[in-house]
Amino acid sequence: MSQAGTLDIQHLSKSYPVKDGDLAVLEDVTLTITPGEFVSIVGSSGCGKSTLLRLIVGLEEDYQGQVLLDGERIVGTSLRRGIVFQEHRLFPWLTVENNIQLGLLNADLTPGQKRLAVREHIALVGLEGFEKSYPHQLSGGMAQRVAIARALVSKPEILLLDEPFGALDALTRAYLQQELHRIWQAEGITMILVTHDVEEAIYLGDKVVVMEPRPGRIRRIVPVDLAHPRERAAVGFAEVKQQVLREFSGDSASLAEPPLRSDAVEPQEPQQWQFAI
Amino acid sequence: MARSSSYNTQDKHPVPKFLRGWILPALLLLLWWLAVKFNWSTSPLLVPVDKVWDTAVEQFRSGELAIALEASLRRDLIGFVIGVSAGLVFGVAFGLSRLFEWMIGPTFHTLKQISLFAWIPLLSVWFGLGDPAKVAFLSLAAFFPVVLNTFEGIRSVPAELVEAARVLKFNRRQWLFKLILPAASPSILAGIHLALIYAWLATLGAEYLLVSGKGIGNTMIDGRELFLMDLVIFGVIVVGFVGFALNWLAAQIERRLLAWRGRSVAQF
Repeated sequence: MSQAGTLDIQHLSKSYPVKDGDLAVLEDVTLTITPGEFVSIVGSSGCGKSTLLRLIVGLEEDYQGQVLLDGERIVGTSLRRGIVFQEHRLFPWLTVENNIQLGLLNADLTPGQKRLAVREHIALVGLEGFEKSYPHQLSGGMAQRVAIARALVSKPEILLLDEPFGALDALTRAYLQQELHRIWQAEGITMILVTHDVEEAIYLGDKVVVMEPRPGRIRRIVPVDLAHPRERAAVGFAEVKQQVLREFSGDSASLAEPPLRSDAVEPQEPQQWQFAI
Repeated sequence: MARSSSYNTQDKHPVPKFLRGWILPALLLLLWWLAVKFNWSTSPLLVPVDKVWDTAVEQFRSGELAIALEASLRRDLIGFVIGVSAGLVFGVAFGLSRLFEWMIGPTFHTLKQISLFAWIPLLSVWFGLGDPAKVAFLSLAAFFPVVLNTFEGIRSVPAELVEAARVLKFNRRQWLFKLILPAASPSILAGIHLALIYAWLATLGAEYLLVSGKGIGNTMIDGRELFLMDLVIFGVIVVGFVGFALNWLAAQIERRLLAWRGRSVAQF
């Protein structure tokens, strides 16, 4: 795998048209991500972190500023950028292996190479023996692993993860975080993870991008200079966590501010930071 | 009381499961037999059970049943195939194209409100009273449920899967054959299942209202005209069994094709 894939986001702004005027979702976001880096993005609901990811993958368009991959402006989706959503989004009528093969439908490979790639990626996510299972026969964690394999099978340069473990139980989540870390090291590709979970962000990220809402902006980028594998109980880990959390506690009043236009903003969930464990 | 509750908990009924459905028919048969035996009615409409049985044997032996059933089933099949094929093409176009929906939709939704039997005078003028009119009538009966369910199925493909297909760079053909049609297949199959039932009902209706030729419906008309109640009752039983068999067959096929849904509610 070549180490191409520098993502350059410059002065990115995005707004949605609402009844009277525009609602800014992202404002002047500038961020550079180097090949092979693992970047975590944390922020409360409505800070635009999912929108940022959807812009990078190409599901959203009409933005101001630049989103450049290797100097080229991103237009539409591409097999060079894979994404895993919070829901697995597997096709329920296809088996595990056929779901993974969807990632190769338009790849320039022979059928034999495709089969091999599918088999390799089933092994990568540790699902040997479940090739012929249907999604309804899998647990949430297993289905999410299939989704990861489907996103990786086309050998993308960047893997985007939109709260991929948000709907899983704590034990499965911790296990899949380890697995994701192993896969990241094995594949050597860039990963961008959007999460609610500060600990998850620090456990996996080379740097943690803290965003603040209304409109979505980058508040601070916290580097994580800890060796892998990271120990959640270690002193260094706790220090980074303090730094990240301080960004939220500083003016939590602003997070609770009422939206400017009540009709335009999704109802806010109660704050869901996971400080425990 | 205590005993009956213990039966319910473990499903240990005194009657085995496969026999339970036969209890009511058996009781009705017994009632019928008793009514004849003890002369509860002197009406000639009440024929003895064994006379119906004799008629059934006679119909089998003479081959009349085979001729009538074959004629009815062939009509049913031809009309079903025409109606379902046209319904699929129309329903897919309807589901995929907004333009098609705007142009054809209002007309279609008006036409579907017309009772199926209201078409009969028109069809008999256009096609006469022979097989073409009957086939046209039951094609129409099969057509509407397929169109509606196909349309509904295509329009309710989850947006999450459509996005996944965009990320996976599906081309138009893959989008249709690998996403839209499989996702809509439960609804489409439900429409075809309904069409099968409607087509069989319409077969009888067509034979009854467009009287000519052979068919199980004509057998029953003959019975009524000649006051042969045994023949009428025999016809009713045959029609019921055929309908039951068709429904069972459709349910089996559906279950096989949709095994991927599992027992739980389908999710993406």
